[in-house]
Amino acid sequence: MTKKVITITSGKGGVGKTTATANIATALAFDGARVVCIDADIGLRNLDVVLGLENRIVYDLVDVVEGRCRLRQAMIRDKRLPNLFLIPAAQTRDKTAVSPSDMVRLINELRTECDWVLIDSPAGIERGFRNAIAPADLVVVITNPEISAVRDADRIIGLVEAEEKGPVQLVLNRLKPEMVKREDMLSPDDVLELLAIELIGIVPEDEQVILSTNRGVPIVLDGRSQAGQAFRNIASRLEGQNVPFLNLEDRNGFFGRLSRMIRSGGD
Amino acid sequence: MSTFFDRILGREKRSARQAKDRLKLVLIHDRIDMNPGTLETLKDELIEVISRHVDIDPGAVQIEMTQDGRQQRLIADIPINPSGRRRSRKNV
Repeated sequence: MTKKVITITSGKGGVGKTTATANIATALAFDGARVVCIDADIGLRNLDVVLGLENRIVYDLVDVVEGRCRLRQAMIRDKRLPNLFLIPAAQTRDKTAVSPSDMVRLINELRTECDWVLIDSPAGIERGFRNAIAPADLVVVITNPEISAVRDADRIIGLVEAEEKGPVQLVLNRLKPEMVKREDMLSPDDVLELLAIELIGIVPEDEQVILSTNRGVPIVLDGRSQAGQAFRNIASRLEGQNVPFLNLEDRNGFFGRLSRMIRSGGD
Repeated sequence: MSTFFDRILGREKRSARQAKDRLKLVLIHDRIDMNPGTLETLKDELIEVISRHVDIDPGAVQIEMTQDGRQQRLIADIPINPSGRRRSRKNV
């Protein structure tokens, strides 16, 4: 079985689960795949606004589970990419409105009609998280290079492994290369040594992410953004391509310019 | 505790190093679901049981939790005193 159902989770809130889900889904759809992303954060939905689809919601995940609409009716088609869909979370219900077996049933129905299903997990380790990982073929854990986010990621990895829901892969989000360089931020190597799992992406801190969220246009659609490039690379790795990790040295700093000058001179 | 002199002499660890060292310890206890106090008790009891059977120097015993991938390992290094002393005493 190829891995097509991917759950994006983190334990800690605010590390970038929803941004990552929106961007990886958009990048996969941009490459031509049929992609459905599901907001599993019932009561605190946000994937709709990050994708810019908040005005199109009629039915939600709980409506499907409780039989008020068919699955197709709850799938909102993206404005830009006709092969990208969102199933939004219910906003006025709580996590117990859906069970892990409901999620497995619903996602099994989706498996036959799309290439990828991306599930945006809520923060925490309770019911919402269990719902989100129940149907997963692959769990992507997002963390930041920061003590509390790494600790929570470790806890989540332990829980996913205990439920035998693996494999688990890591995205290190919001890295500041200049802080790593002066040894005031955990480096990718530090985080990988501590968590001891496979890496699937490193995303640099990028102000453009806030602008793109303000506009409801995922950053992967901005060809100049470093964060956008990092998310596109994650999508390519999921598609099975061997993409080298971004060189996050500051390209416009003195050493960045110097090394480019030397390289172009040497070629 | 770092002092003013440690800082100006550059002996204070960079903050990333501190974060990593602190995380290492926290993750060990999170993963085995055991707080530092319980681990100390475990060490004391281990030493007590072992010294019932062999002659050891409790001060030389090293017992620590280490990380091996995602697995935790309890490593004990327990030097055993040579038994020659007791035997030679009998001969006297």
